[in-house]
Amino acid sequence: MSRPSPDHPSTTPSKRPRSIPGSGLAKGLAVTLRTMTRRSVTAQYPDVQPDLAPRTRGVIGLFEENCTVCMLCARECPDWCIYIDSHKETVPPAAPGGRERSRNVLDRFAIDFALCMYCGICIEVCPFDALFWSPEFEYAETDIRELTHERDKLREWMWTVPEPPALDPAAEEPKEIAAARKAADKLAAQQAAEAEAEAEAEAEAEAEAPAGTQDTPDRDTKEEGT
Amino acid sequence: MSDTLAIALRLLAVFVVFLVFPLVIGQTEHKVMAHMQGRLGPMYAGGFHGWAQLVADGVKFAQKEDIVPAGADRRIFQLAPAVALLPYLLVLVAIPIGPHNAVGQALDAGIFFVLAVMGVGVLGSLMAGWASANKFSLLGGLRTAAQLLAYELPMLLAAASVAMAAGTLSLPGILDAFHWWWVPWQIVGGVVFFTAGLAELQRPPFDMPVADSEIIFGAYTEYTGLRFALFLLAEYAGIVVLCALTSVLFLGGWHGPFGADGLGWLWTLLKTVVLAFGVIWLRVTYPRLREDQLQKLAWTVLIPLALAQIALTGIVKVVIS
Repeated sequence: MSRPSPDHPSTTPSKRPRSIPGSGLAKGLAVTLRTMTRRSVTAQYPDVQPDLAPRTRGVIGLFEENCTVCMLCARECPDWCIYIDSHKETVPPAAPGGRERSRNVLDRFAIDFALCMYCGICIEVCPFDALFWSPEFEYAETDIRELTHERDKLREWMWTVPEPPALDPAAEEPKEIAAARKAADKLAAQQAAEAEAEAEAEAEAEAEAPAGTQDTPDRDTKEEGT
Repeated sequence: MSDTLAIALRLLAVFVVFLVFPLVIGQTEHKVMAHMQGRLGPMYAGGFHGWAQLVADGVKFAQKEDIVPAGADRRIFQLAPAVALLPYLLVLVAIPIGPHNAVGQALDAGIFFVLAVMGVGVLGSLMAGWASANKFSLLGGLRTAAQLLAYELPMLLAAASVAMAAGTLSLPGILDAFHWWWVPWQIVGGVVFFTAGLAELQRPPFDMPVADSEIIFGAYTEYTGLRFALFLLAEYAGIVVLCALTSVLFLGGWHGPFGADGLGWLWTLLKTVVLAFGVIWLRVTYPRLREDQLQKLAWTVLIPLALAQIALTGIVKVVIS
């Protein structure tokens, strides 16, 4: 706050306001003393695990059921650290007389974390949600070759992937949930309209024939109840 | 026989203080400095908050090879750490910590002895700087010499002011003559004495002679192992001596405030510890003074202040007598 403020009449802009000699020294002492009374910021990592954010980029997990071997991740990877091998299998036709289908089967999926630069492009680009960030970070090795994690290890990492963080209270609904809700609402409205129309029709029918048989209304209530 | 035993016990007590207190202050410095910088400091050695860090350091220093450079003046080089450290032990002998002759050895010219011997401590750095055959060591040694010349004078003048006020050179005598109003009366002298003492110990912000980032620890550049540890120990022993001496000369030693003298040596201890905290606090807070700023502070600020203090002491002394 040494800069003279324009609304302060006593200080000229060319000259800094005169202060008591030694006030700067005292200010310095106050700063260090205040820091001493505060909590220190040192992270005691091996003793105390760090409190990581939910989107921490620790390691990449593979949910291999979702993988279709489309190779997008391997091709988008800037430093080519994803290795994918696969072969084609022919699946017999689902219905008799149908055509045979071919399907990609994953043989090898490995990420070399010695090369990986944790850009996350593979995760962004995966169209089938097979790759995820996990906050785990303690996988240092003494041999660099061990840093190539094969599919079993990548699947292990998958179980450490945290749930996605909850949305903000005022956030927009996720697109897929919104679409599902819209469809469900539409269906419910349709059913309600149908049920109403049916009930009206029955009420009309009852009004027209008041001397009906005794067991008919019973059956009607049962039907409405189900 | 009992005389000999009493003397031996006193010397043993002084020696224990000499061995323990510098380590306590060193550990305090580790911790206080760390927390003033938002860190934790040593946390592992010894288990509880790294209390044994300096013990571990000592073990490490003892294990290191003791190297003497080929071009060095061998005997002087090896002698220098002892010359730096031992004067502080000798000074401790003469500092009274409590009433009723609680002092290693009461000396009639105590203040004279103490200041003279403290000056010898700096000679250790000079010898190390000259004998190392290293340009950084030489630079550090010369800066040490310049600093000694500049700061010994205000220190002596400030101490002389107290001796004038008390009318005696004996440290217990000064404490016996002490009244509470001496503190405001001699406060300027006290500040000058403490500042000049810091400079003589080459403590930051007056650490230009050792400036590790510029001349690689100055006179200590070539030292390793135990000899280097002795230099470091000398610095902390110097803090103990300086703080104890400041509290004896200017803060009333074992006199408590408002006539509460009952605690005796605890008051001395308390004042010394508070002053030592101040030494650490200053180190953490202030950046190093440039060489010319160092000299300017001594010759244009501290010496005039010390002279003014002597004049004030003289005037008050004449008025009240």
